[in-house]
Amino acid sequence: MHDLGGVSKFMCVAVDTEPHALTGFDKEVDAIRQILGAKQVMSVDELRRAIEAIPEADYHRLSYYQRWLRAITDTLLRKGVLTEAELRVALPADAP
Amino acid sequence: MSLAPGTKVRVKDDWPEIRGPCHIRTPHYVRGECGTLVRHLGDFANPEDLAFARPAPLRPLYHVRFDQPGIWGEGAAGDALLVEVFGHWLEVVTP
Amino acid sequence: MSVLAADSVNLLAALRAVLAAKGIAGPEEIAGQIRSTDEASPAQGARMVAKAWTDPAFRALMLEDGTRAAESLGIPMRGLPPLGVLEDRPEAHHLVVCTLCSCYPRAVLGYPPFWYKSASYRARAVRDPRGLLLEWGTVLPAGVKLTVVDSTADYRWMVLPLRPAATAGWSEAKLAAIVREGDMIGVTIPLAS
Repeated sequence: MHDLGGVSKFMCVAVDTEPHALTGFDKEVDAIRQILGAKQVMSVDELRRAIEAIPEADYHRLSYYQRWLRAITDTLLRKGVLTEAELRVALPADAP
Repeated sequence: MSLAPGTKVRVKDDWPEIRGPCHIRTPHYVRGECGTLVRHLGDFANPEDLAFARPAPLRPLYHVRFDQPGIWGEGAAGDALLVEVFGHWLEVVTP
Repeated sequence: MSVLAADSVNLLAALRAVLAAKGIAGPEEIAGQIRSTDEASPAQGARMVAKAWTDPAFRALMLEDGTRAAESLGIPMRGLPPLGVLEDRPEAHHLVVCTLCSCYPRAVLGYPPFWYKSASYRARAVRDPRGLLLEWGTVLPAGVKLTVVDSTADYRWMVLPLRPAATAGWSEAKLAAIVREGDMIGVTIPLAS
């Protein structure tokens, strides 16, 4: 799914060449990834592996940095750097 | 020891993703294909291990040139693909 | 339901709170990382290209070792992947893609643009590169061979494009101003305007 070279279903899809400014959300996720890499909490290869593990339906529904956020969180949970319970407690109050 | 520029190589026709969880930096479209080694780019920790936070031995990384229309059966004669491939994915083609 | 299914904005807020509480990454550190990341932009790569067009010794260094060439202009490269430079020639054009994810020479070009990360760019670049170039209106002159560089592993690649013919006598700064992001990935060709 991530190994996209020459994949037929995209061969007739136009490329959106317009600039898209990154949002604050995008830049924060990007910065967190860099910090976790520099501190050797998780490597870029672990990020890629976790992105590749996102189910296809979710993969195409999520934006680029939404995928990163999900992959970072998934990796940190799997490695025991943080726990699901810690994240739930920290979710903003209005979250379902 | 690293492979010399000009060496004819074949990328292994291997599909570890069928066997279980893995992370591979060898694109599907070059697997099983023959190319020409251009340059040894250096030795890098094996991403297949790094992805699982395992100890990752250094592996030689090469730039390998492939005939672009030869791979896809379409395209312009003389166009090429240049791909980074780790040594453990390459077999020397004996003439 | 897994916490991973939470709304992304809420999940990010939760992740930030937990990382801060554990002393892994605090808000100031994240803000600082964003600031330093924002400093990298195509202007850095354009400076390198313009210098290579006017200074043969720098050009040789850049083709030999892109990382050292960038560092010699004060561009921070420490801890980043090695930078390789692909030299366009009158008969040879290069196009960079990462079909596996979105590897991009961020140190010298900044964040990858939206199109570079798109599925259609990644799929088409290796199989129908000349059709892909038409999306930018780029048509290679007759006789020019195209090499598509799939940035799959540990290097990051930028293109050193051809200097436009009508720029004789231009200063380095004036040359740098015409070099665009796409020129250094190979989807476009620098224009003397």
